[in-house]
Amino acid sequence: MQFSTSCSPFLPANTSVHRVMRQVLIALIPAFTAMFWLFGYTVLLQLLLASSTALLAEVICLRLRKRPVKIHLMDLSALVSAVLLALAIPTIAPWWVSTCGALFAIIIGKQVYGGLGYNPFNPAMTGYVFLLISFPQQMTAWQAPDIFISLADALHVIFSGTATIDGLSSATLLDSIKTAGASTALLTEIPSTSTGLLAGAGWELISMAYLLGGLWLLYRKVISWHIPVAVLLGIFMPAGINFFLDANAASSPVFHLFSGASLCGAFFIATDPVSAATSNTGRLIYGGLIGLLSYIIRYWGGYPDGIAFAVLLANLAAPSIDYYLRPKPVNQPL
Amino acid sequence: MSANTRTIIRNGLWKNNQALVALLGLCPLLAVSNTVINSLGLGIATTLTLVLSNTLVSSLRGYILPEIRLPLFVLMIAGIVTIIELLMNAWFYQLYKTLGIFIPLIVTNCAIIGRAEVFASKNRVLPSLLDGLAMGLGFSFALLVLGAFREVLGAGTLFTQADLLFGESAKNWQINLFDGYSGMLLALLPPGAFITLGLLIAAKNMFATRA
Repeated sequence: MQFSTSCSPFLPANTSVHRVMRQVLIALIPAFTAMFWLFGYTVLLQLLLASSTALLAEVICLRLRKRPVKIHLMDLSALVSAVLLALAIPTIAPWWVSTCGALFAIIIGKQVYGGLGYNPFNPAMTGYVFLLISFPQQMTAWQAPDIFISLADALHVIFSGTATIDGLSSATLLDSIKTAGASTALLTEIPSTSTGLLAGAGWELISMAYLLGGLWLLYRKVISWHIPVAVLLGIFMPAGINFFLDANAASSPVFHLFSGASLCGAFFIATDPVSAATSNTGRLIYGGLIGLLSYIIRYWGGYPDGIAFAVLLANLAAPSIDYYLRPKPVNQPL
Repeated sequence: MSANTRTIIRNGLWKNNQALVALLGLCPLLAVSNTVINSLGLGIATTLTLVLSNTLVSSLRGYILPEIRLPLFVLMIAGIVTIIELLMNAWFYQLYKTLGIFIPLIVTNCAIIGRAEVFASKNRVLPSLLDGLAMGLGFSFALLVLGAFREVLGAGTLFTQADLLFGESAKNWQINLFDGYSGMLLALLPPGAFITLGLLIAAKNMFATRA
């Protein structure tokens, strides 16, 4: 076997957790901008709340565990978890929702296991699922994407908890489909004003922004293509088969790709290097599992979107996937 | 109090707590501990079973052939649990219905057969009785803390449905801790029980290593 070696001078690969996390934060800018444009200052407030709580929790945990605070804080991983969580929860949720979620994500999702690198589950999704199970009412009231909320109104909505604006919350298209499916009504009954070109009006823009950020991460080689492609295929293929079999009862595969958290999950959540599988084949299986599970939860399950549950379930499976796909040692009997 | 007695009590309540250290009997512990009153009901039933089974096993230990001791222990425990189940059915019917299958399932609580095997079959009657009582109280203590924590977090109340255990006069014992608290559903669901138990064990270990 021949190995190709290149000539000197060699450049060190200048990677660190801090650099990777900074790239992820940069890649989240389009999604944040899109959400800000659609929802207004509520997104910004949720982001500030979740980030400050997460950083505070991180500092307290590091102090308790007697770890160097500055090094671990500057790796930005807590901030990334908080931002992902803040973008995932409904923008008009009361302040204690994002605070509780960030606390749970950092303390129970990450620090209890020993901090970054030891957490078996994705911290942001741990926090999100905790919120979704604990506070279903607050976690399903999404802001209608065509009402821009000013800073004063946003403060009022989030901190006093009473909505003063008419028609503030609306069902997302995935919600509507879930309810329509339950009453066996046809999908055509959903008002056409809430549908856009590919998926829900407004929501498809956010999905596009996540796609843009994800492509930036691929271009910067922060993530490899295996997990996102596998996740998206895992959603697209069963959705396509179902749509092909009965186009009246199932929604189109393109709709599923651009709805809910599909693109966000594929590029930003599932690719978390700590809780994902590590070999390339393993990544394909891991990603495919996430896609398939989230489509199953969407189509047959009780929740409108299933990405978060699918990611946690696949996190559980990741060690087994790695175990069965260990690389064979070169020139040695196994 | 002799040193031996003190060791038995300390082991049961703290050092070898069946729920927090031995991690025995977790199935009823996790399933029933969603309110304080449920916890108290199961705690009393389990303690009673432990005391009676330890006493019975210890007093019959001279007649039990070692080869068939385990089936005999199970038979004795099953008999005692049946008695307790019938008593609860008679006097605490509502609680009996709430706790449901977990009353007969006390038979399979590993803590009880564990104490019979490890302690009662090798010791005299009085220490065995004391061991059963201490172990039962330790288990009930863990159950109560778990139940209180989950009830406060999950529903924002304490002592709800106290009338199941203390009769009609206890109907207004319920304490609402927060106004307008909508509740954290997770704490009442099974994952909440696991997470809370984990936190409780962590707290116990923290105290144990500091002392």
